[in-house]
Amino acid sequence: MEMEVLNLTAVGPAGAAFAAQVGAEAGTDVFSCYQCGKCSAGCPISYAMDYQPRQIMRLVQLGLKDEALKSSTIWLCASCATCTTRCPREVEIATVMDTLRAMARREGYPYKERNIAAFHRAFLNAVAGGGRAYELGMILSYKMATFELIKDIDLGLTWLRQGKLKFFPERIHGAAAVRDIFDKVREIERKEVAAQREGRPVAHEGTEGHS
Amino acid sequence: MKYAYYPGCSLHSTATEYEETTRTVCATLGVELAEIPDWNCCGATSAHATNHLLSLALPARDLAKAEQMGLDVVAPCAACYNRMAQTIHETKDNEVLRHKVSQVIGAEYQGTVKAKSLLEVLAADIGPKVVEAKVQKPLKGLKVAAYYGCLLVRPPAVTGWDDAENPQSMERLMTALGAETVDWSHKTECCGASLTISRTDIVAKLTHDILDAAKAAGADAIVCACPMCQANLDGRQGLVEKTYKTQYHLPVFYFTQLMSLAFGKEPYKLGFARHSIDPRELLHSKEIA
Repeated sequence: MEMEVLNLTAVGPAGAAFAAQVGAEAGTDVFSCYQCGKCSAGCPISYAMDYQPRQIMRLVQLGLKDEALKSSTIWLCASCATCTTRCPREVEIATVMDTLRAMARREGYPYKERNIAAFHRAFLNAVAGGGRAYELGMILSYKMATFELIKDIDLGLTWLRQGKLKFFPERIHGAAAVRDIFDKVREIERKEVAAQREGRPVAHEGTEGHS
Repeated sequence: MKYAYYPGCSLHSTATEYEETTRTVCATLGVELAEIPDWNCCGATSAHATNHLLSLALPARDLAKAEQMGLDVVAPCAACYNRMAQTIHETKDNEVLRHKVSQVIGAEYQGTVKAKSLLEVLAADIGPKVVEAKVQKPLKGLKVAAYYGCLLVRPPAVTGWDDAENPQSMERLMTALGAETVDWSHKTECCGASLTISRTDIVAKLTHDILDAAKAAGADAIVCACPMCQANLDGRQGLVEKTYKTQYHLPVFYFTQLMSLAFGKEPYKLGFARHSIDPRELLHSKEIA
């Protein structure tokens, strides 16, 4: 395989700001990583990723934002936290993946793994609608979004027969209150993104919460 | 012993047998479950993969309700438990964040209650001795591989109630029931969980590795404490066998199903018919059911 060439001289202060922002949002010191690779050795999904978790950490340190946010890694990560558990430098790598995913979505980066993003959207739409997850509705809206119409039909039918998939969603009394949570979160995010665009500092209260 | 009970969405859909046997086991052991009224989804992986504040606010609405009840929360689902424990962990020493979360949920969340997984409550708080005393039909001759997956014991800073690499709680419970447990390599490996729909190929590979390891260790069955683990290891087993041209036929139980069985409950009430890999043949062959 040909070695990839990354232009480090073009990174500049924006790269440093990116690294600092990831660290602040994830509440972990990204510069603690010394590239031992323990995270990547233990990661059950690293075989399918374009960058190993260790490499994502290095991209963040170097401020190579586009490479990190366009990677398949941030979407394929299943959040199993084997990396965080084993990191000898106590870097919360799984949380860094969360932060990068949220950032990629917020800033409109194209998703390398469209189906995974579509799944999350379908899941959350169901929760925002009725307050609880609704498997059948979620699967159907996922299928409409991805055109994966035939896949898993046999398991789906078995589960319908066994009563594991319900035909109707459970709608809680507080569905409107849950909807309100989604709206408020979106409003806060909108303000934070606008502040960031205008170069105003954004408070990341996540920082002290992690230990 | 009384807890605020958080079933979570899976226990009302793909994992109804986990819900039913959770209630059975808790009733037998005198653990009172007061369901959190009008609980909402914890947001699971999709919330924390999308927005950090959302991933804290959804569990916080449920935790705030538990605070009003004045009870610690018990959640059978590993993912729900993990999201609640994570919310508690992150807001514990962070008043600013707690205040922000309270504003978003429109209720005061103070961070005064704990969240525990059902496995922790039964294995640590109740303990194997009390469990053993309730056994009427020992699970003699049944060799199980206890599978924890990722979210029950990781990350240890958030969970911390059993070893993150080699947990033993489920083994102790199974031994108390008279079953045998195997030492094996994949008890805390991840099954791929929510990737099951979007990247089924990855889940098939991870599930294959886990099933392979359990079989190699000589297990008759796998026992777990998570609806996603069960759905993947059981529901996807046929796909794995087809993809990898192999045969496992390993039933995948919830630990509460095996507890109910050993407590002498009627096998037909334990939801075995809803498994993809029917465990009844195995149980007959061991003369357990």
